[in-house]
Amino acid sequence: MARTIIPFGPQHPVLPEPIHLKLVVEDEIVKEALPQLGYVHRGLEKLTEIRDFNQMIQIVERVCGICSKIHAMCFCQGVEEMMGIEVPERAKFLRVIWSELHRIHSHLLWLGLYADAFGFESVFMQFWRIREKIMDINEATAGNRVIVSVNVVGGTRADLSPEQCNWILQELDWVEKETKRLQAVMLDDYTVKKRTVGVGVLTREQAYALGAAGPTLRGSGVAQDMRQFKYAAFDKIDFAPVTAPDGDCYSRGKVRFLETLQSVDLVRQAISRMPQGEIATKFKGNPEGELVTRVEQPRGELLYYLKGNGTKFLERVRIRTPTFANIPPLLAMLPGCELADVPVIALSIDPCISCTER
Amino acid sequence: MLKNMIQTSRLKSPWIIHFDCGSCNGCDIEVLACLTPLYDVERFGVVNVGNPKHADVLLVTGTVNHRNKHVLKNIYDQMPNPKLVIAIGACGLSGGVFREAPNVVGGVDKVIPVDVYVPGCPAKPEAIIDAVVAGLGKLAELQKQAAI
Repeated sequence: MARTIIPFGPQHPVLPEPIHLKLVVEDEIVKEALPQLGYVHRGLEKLTEIRDFNQMIQIVERVCGICSKIHAMCFCQGVEEMMGIEVPERAKFLRVIWSELHRIHSHLLWLGLYADAFGFESVFMQFWRIREKIMDINEATAGNRVIVSVNVVGGTRADLSPEQCNWILQELDWVEKETKRLQAVMLDDYTVKKRTVGVGVLTREQAYALGAAGPTLRGSGVAQDMRQFKYAAFDKIDFAPVTAPDGDCYSRGKVRFLETLQSVDLVRQAISRMPQGEIATKFKGNPEGELVTRVEQPRGELLYYLKGNGTKFLERVRIRTPTFANIPPLLAMLPGCELADVPVIALSIDPCISCTER
Repeated sequence: MLKNMIQTSRLKSPWIIHFDCGSCNGCDIEVLACLTPLYDVERFGVVNVGNPKHADVLLVTGTVNHRNKHVLKNIYDQMPNPKLVIAIGACGLSGGVFREAPNVVGGVDKVIPVDVYVPGCPAKPEAIIDAVVAGLGKLAELQKQAAI
């Protein structure tokens, strides 16, 4: 059988973002996948030469709109560590609350797109209906739906009043109840299982060797999560990573589904244990030195390398995002699958191209 | 009569195509949010399609860079006339916070003509729906011109 090359993307209905995969197929079976990137490259790391470290927070938030809060948190943590700033306890808890809200909205968004990829459009609509509650919380507490921009170097910009905390808890009860109603569909439904179980298998060894990150790694049974390293207020919050053993699309979906419920619990814990006090520390001076800082994004481990030279402009900002780490595992999952399964498998790593290409 | 029917239904049920042209996803998820139950533009006949040849309205988000400007031009050229282009978000308007970044050409209007601009970072779903409604007025005019 002759080999055919089928282009997938850059503009494709299943992908909200442009990525181009060249799929080498024999009959209906994919033999090889070659990615082509660069459609979203903006070169924003270089903007550090003309934007000072406070302005860079706005830039790094726009690396990716879906996890903007977590990008800014990672950047701020790095600068704070470089300058030796002690962040108030309350600010650490506030950061956890907003970052977990971001994780819930990102996972609900992904679960919807994933359901859409295997043709279950009503579930897509249901997940996005639930997600709107989180957007409302973001808008009411931080002033914007998607890019919440609450982080500043030294703490947070906004605070939560006790009434707002109570309201968030009420809304989260609703989110949890509605998400649990969809559990039977996502995890037990015959049709969903038919499309996902055993599709795009990544074994535990492969996942580890290829450097997978986040739910892609945990879906292969490796319990590794940056939140175990106790950044921000995670040292005072009970947390254990969610894993699933099989390494197929079903496992990755299950990990994200359960993490959504887990994040609801983490927000509750953070609100109940949040102390009173200041939300930001005043500071003077400029960052100097170099360091690496890591946090857990909805898609996996996010790594920032920062180098300061004592001026207000950082010398180098290097961002390594989880989707970048997850592309080699994706290329290992694709060979041997059917062409019709490519959208489901490509989506199962939760690709965030604007993160990857920056 | 068929012509009349097409002209009416084009305005009553515009088919949109969405192209992410190097945006940060913020505007893209807001475009998608327009289609979901809270905003639900499908009740007005707005349908999201994947094929540029089926579409009347092109929604573009994000900055244009040297690689995707060809893709954007290609999609625009494939759309049948009369067509409408809506640039969404600060990046689509001018390049936004990335306008000085090395690989950024600028706003969408550097490559293709834009009919409606939607400001915001990211633009809210209400603003996007408003832009589509405002754009339909222009589509009606274009249709009239094409008929004469």
